[in-house]
Amino acid sequence: MSLFAFFGAVELGLIYAPLAIAVLLSFRILHFPDLTVDGSFPLGSAVAAASIVGGLDYITATILACCAGAIAGFITAYLNQRFGILHLLASILTMVASFSVILRIMGRPNLPLLNQVTLLTPFATLGDNLGISPLYSKSLAALFIVIIVASLVVALLYTEWGVVMRGVGENPKMARANGIRTKNVIYAGMALSNALAALSGALFAQWVGFADATLGAGTIIYGLAAVIIGESLLRPRGMWLAVIACMGGMILYRVAIAVALNVDAIGLKPSDLNLVTATIVVLALILPKTTWHRQIKTMLSRGRDA
Amino acid sequence: MTVSLSRSFNRAASRLARATVVASGLVLASTFAASAQQVTVAVTSIVEHPALNAVRDGIKDSLEKAGYTEGDNLEFVFETAQGQPAIAKQIADQFVGEEADVLVGISTPSAQALISTGTQIPIVFSAVTDPVGAGIVPTMDPAGGNVVGISDLSPVAAQIALIGKLVPDVKSIGIVANPGEDNSRTLVALARAAALEQGFEIYVAAANSTSQVYQATQFLVDRVDAIYVPTDNTAAAAIESLISVANSRKIPVISAETSQVEAGALAAAGFNYYDVGVETGDLVVSILNGANPGELASSTVQRTELYLNARAASALGITLSDDVLASAKEVIR
Repeated sequence: MSLFAFFGAVELGLIYAPLAIAVLLSFRILHFPDLTVDGSFPLGSAVAAASIVGGLDYITATILACCAGAIAGFITAYLNQRFGILHLLASILTMVASFSVILRIMGRPNLPLLNQVTLLTPFATLGDNLGISPLYSKSLAALFIVIIVASLVVALLYTEWGVVMRGVGENPKMARANGIRTKNVIYAGMALSNALAALSGALFAQWVGFADATLGAGTIIYGLAAVIIGESLLRPRGMWLAVIACMGGMILYRVAIAVALNVDAIGLKPSDLNLVTATIVVLALILPKTTWHRQIKTMLSRGRDA
Repeated sequence: MTVSLSRSFNRAASRLARATVVASGLVLASTFAASAQQVTVAVTSIVEHPALNAVRDGIKDSLEKAGYTEGDNLEFVFETAQGQPAIAKQIADQFVGEEADVLVGISTPSAQALISTGTQIPIVFSAVTDPVGAGIVPTMDPAGGNVVGISDLSPVAAQIALIGKLVPDVKSIGIVANPGEDNSRTLVALARAAALEQGFEIYVAAANSTSQVYQATQFLVDRVDAIYVPTDNTAAAAIESLISVANSRKIPVISAETSQVEAGALAAAGFNYYDVGVETGDLVVSILNGANPGELASSTVQRTELYLNARAASALGITLSDDVLASAKEVIR
C-alpha cells in the first residue's frame, strides 16, 4: 500500500468519524437502533453541496447540513415516541423518504463541488503556505475538525443533560420515575446523532468533491463496524475513550478496505473486495483474543533481538 | 525550516504507514512497476455490470491492438467500487499512490473521485453522460488540463423516432429509470423533449434499485404502447425482468443499448458499450504515445448501429419492413 492510499484511507476514516460518534450515540448510549443515518449522511452531503453551489459560504452550508440531519433524526424519534412506530421501521421510513428529499434538494442525483471554495480550501491554502504536501493537509484538516466535534460531544456527554441522556438510554423506567421527560431527551439525542451523520456527509462532499444520491448505501454498516471494532480493540471505559475508540475503529475499517484493494496481488478478483475487507476486520477482532498472538509477539521480539 | 519540518513529518508518516501494514498482519507486495519499459493503465468503475465491463474490455483490446500487451509491456489494473462512492475515492487514492501512467474512470462518480485527488497524472473518463455538468471537464473541446474522455450520451431523439417507425399506432411510451443516476436525469429530459416534438406521451416509472425494476415495469405495461430503455445502469442490470414483464403483455421494448436485443428487446439503435471502451482506449493509447490530454478533445461515441430481434417481433405480432431490416447491422432470428 502506498502512502497516498494510506493517508487517503485515514482521511476518509476521519471524514466518517462523526458518523461513528452518531452510531455510538444512537445504538450504544440511547439504545435506539437507528438506520436513519443511511439517509441523513447523503442528506448532509446534498444540503452542503446544493448550498455551496447556490452561493452560500461553506460554514453556513455545513451548519445547514447538520440542521437537515437533525430534522431527519427528530422525525424518526417523533414517529417512534409519539406514534409508537417500531424504532427500526420508523428509521427505515425516514431513510427511504430522505432519498426523494435529496433529489429535490440537489435537483439532480450528482452535484459536483470540484473547483468550488469549500471548508477544505482554507486548510489547503494554509498547508501550501507551511510547505505541507496536500497528501497530509487534507487529513490534518479533517483531524482538526473531528477533534473539535468530538470534544464538544464528549463535553456535552459529561454535562448534567448528557448524564440524563445516558440514564434514559440505560434505564428509561428509572429515568421516568425520577421525573425526566424521556421523550424530549430521545428527540434531542436522535437529532444530535443524525446531525453528526449529516456533518460526515457534508465533509465527504467537500473533501471528495461531489455529492451523490447513492452515497448513503451501507452507511449504517460502516458506523456499526467502527463502533464494534473500537470496542473490541480498546475495551473503552468512560465516554472519552468510547468516542475515541469508535473513531479509531472507523479509521481502521477504512485502512482495512485500502489493504483489501490490493487483492489482485494475492490472485483474487476485484469483486472479492467486500469478502476480503470482512476477513481483515474479523482478523483484527479475533487476533488480540487468541492465545497464539502472544507467541507471535514473543517470536517477533526475539527476531528483533537477534 | 518548513522544508525540514515537512521532510521529517514525511519520514514519520511513512514509518507509521509501514507499521500499520505490518500490524494488520497482511503484508501484500505491490503489483506495480515490474520493469522499466512497462506502462501502467489503472481502470476503475463504480459497479460491475455487463455494459461497464464491456467498456473495460474495449479499452483492453484497443491497447492490445496498439501494441500494449498485458503482462509484457502493459500493467492493466482494474478495480470496482461495489456501488459505493466512498470506495471509489479509496480506489482513486490507491491508483494515484501507485503512480499509474494513465487513470481511467468509468462512470460519473469514479471519474469525479479520480479528479478530486488533485493528481497531475492524465485522467481519461468514459461512459459519463454529462461530463461538463458533472464538473469533470469545463468543455468538450480541448480543455488544457489533464482530463479528457468519452461521453455515452445516446441519440435519444433518433431512438424515440425509431419507436414510431417500428411500432404501429404508438401513442404513449414508458421509461424505466433510476432517479438517483445522473445520466438518467439527462436522458429522461431529452426523451421528454423528443416525445413532445414527435407527438408521443411519456410515462416514467422510477426504480431506485434493480429489485424495483420488475414492479416499475408492471406499472408501465397497463399504460403504454411501448417501453424505451435509456442507458440507465439500474434498468440495464435488471433488463431481463423488464423484458419478461413487457413481453408477457406484448409491449415492445426498444433499447439504447444493442446488447439488450439479445436479451429479448425488439430493437436498439445505439452504440455497443464495447465501442465506447475502444474509443476510450484509443485516447489512452495516444496519451501513452506522448499526446497531451489537455490538447485532446472529449467526444460522444460516434458509431451507432441498429439491432433488431425478429423472434421478438413475430411474438409481438409486429412486421418488420424490408427497408428497416436492410438498415439493421444485425438481425437476431
